[in-house]
Amino acid sequence: MLFRVIVAKMGNAEQIQKALTAWAGQFYGPESSLEHVARLSGGASQETWSVDVAAAGKKHELILRRVPGGFQQSARNSEAIGLATEARLLECASGTVPAPKVLGVFSPDSDMGEAFLMNRISGETIARKILRDDAYSFAREKLTAQCGKALAGIHAIPVSELPDLPETPGLAQLDKYEDIYRGFDMPRPVFELAISWLRQNPPPPSPAVLVHGDFRLGNLIVDESGLAAVLDWELAHLGDPREDIAWLCVNSWRFGHSENRVGGFGQLDDLLSAYADAGGQNFSAEEIDWWEILGSLKWGIMCMIMYEAYRSGADPSVERAAIGRRVSETEIDLLNLLEGKA
Amino acid sequence: MHDAPSQKEMIEAVKAFIDNTAMPSLKGHAAFHARVASNVLATVLREMDIRPEAESEEVQRLTNLLGEAPGQSAAVLNQKLCEQIRSGDISLTTPGLLSHLKTTTISQLSVDQPGYSGLKAR
Repeated sequence: MLFRVIVAKMGNAEQIQKALTAWAGQFYGPESSLEHVARLSGGASQETWSVDVAAAGKKHELILRRVPGGFQQSARNSEAIGLATEARLLECASGTVPAPKVLGVFSPDSDMGEAFLMNRISGETIARKILRDDAYSFAREKLTAQCGKALAGIHAIPVSELPDLPETPGLAQLDKYEDIYRGFDMPRPVFELAISWLRQNPPPPSPAVLVHGDFRLGNLIVDESGLAAVLDWELAHLGDPREDIAWLCVNSWRFGHSENRVGGFGQLDDLLSAYADAGGQNFSAEEIDWWEILGSLKWGIMCMIMYEAYRSGADPSVERAAIGRRVSETEIDLLNLLEGKA
Repeated sequence: MHDAPSQKEMIEAVKAFIDNTAMPSLKGHAAFHARVASNVLATVLREMDIRPEAESEEVQRLTNLLGEAPGQSAAVLNQKLCEQIRSGDISLTTPGLLSHLKTTTISQLSVDQPGYSGLKAR
């Protein structure tokens, strides 16, 4: 059997190898064999493994998402929904949204630990390549309409079919992030102004739908023909559909291509018309602003949270220290947005 | 006290060591952190150049905006500005507020991330 494991912790890898072999034997038949297992970088809150299985002369390319070490140690990220729920969401999305297909789910008390397997979709996730490389020039033309359609598909999944998810409307998110910001006792006038403006101009409420929660380049697989898959559903919740649309517009997720409000590749009017054509609500660009301001504020406070890990001594890395000097990026973005509201 | 080498020279020397010696011989995560470390030192060098004048102008603007007595620090004045925005005494439409915050944030970004796209937007 050709089997290679590239990993630091062999105990972990052996456990995964055994569990994958047993699963493949059941799923693809006793003649199947595990060809290759490798830990992929990225994904701080979950392990991601690339897995190849050979069965009946065919190679099956898979991705394993697994809780670090197989067990949920603690509430690492209070917002993350857990892998079983994430797998269930991928099943709900299949058919209407380009997404990986779930092939196996492992419970926390299994030999594997808490994890699921899905098919591996080829393509690129690195934003700067997608936005710059010639290989994706056709994809960039298609991407805005494809994202509009995918978002409409996500928001149309009947809530009654969904697993239990937290419901977090915009004002509840504002409360939460304001509390975190005040807890740091590092006053920032631009954040105060954004918080106060958001409070005074709340959007009319909208019936809660499934919100992906982190729909942006980095979490999308893009190939030469455009959007191939929507990944990373761990921040999914029930909320306002405009949150997803606006998060894709937050300047931090335009990766330097500010002139293209949608993810650095498209215009908002095009996204909104594709969204409406695919059955989504008719939103005006102005209705997205409140949520984009909230999005920039949230990202700024997330940067403060990461810097706090340095300040508190929890993570002494230079990278955590340096991210504190990215908060001002969100301040200029907030001012650019608020200027239009004065 | 002596200043040879100066603070600036010492930081420049460490940055050159990271860039030209340490970084090329490191791999993976360590190489990434070396790059971040070099960027941090570049931020410190920019701050040494820009901050003194930018902060004294910021204090001047804050003093005028808040109608405060002169001689207070940027930290104290910013704390007061935050309180007044929070209480609603100062808002988006208060004359001078947006231009003050923009000037301050642009100075801050010219230290923190001078290449950031938001500086060019609009």
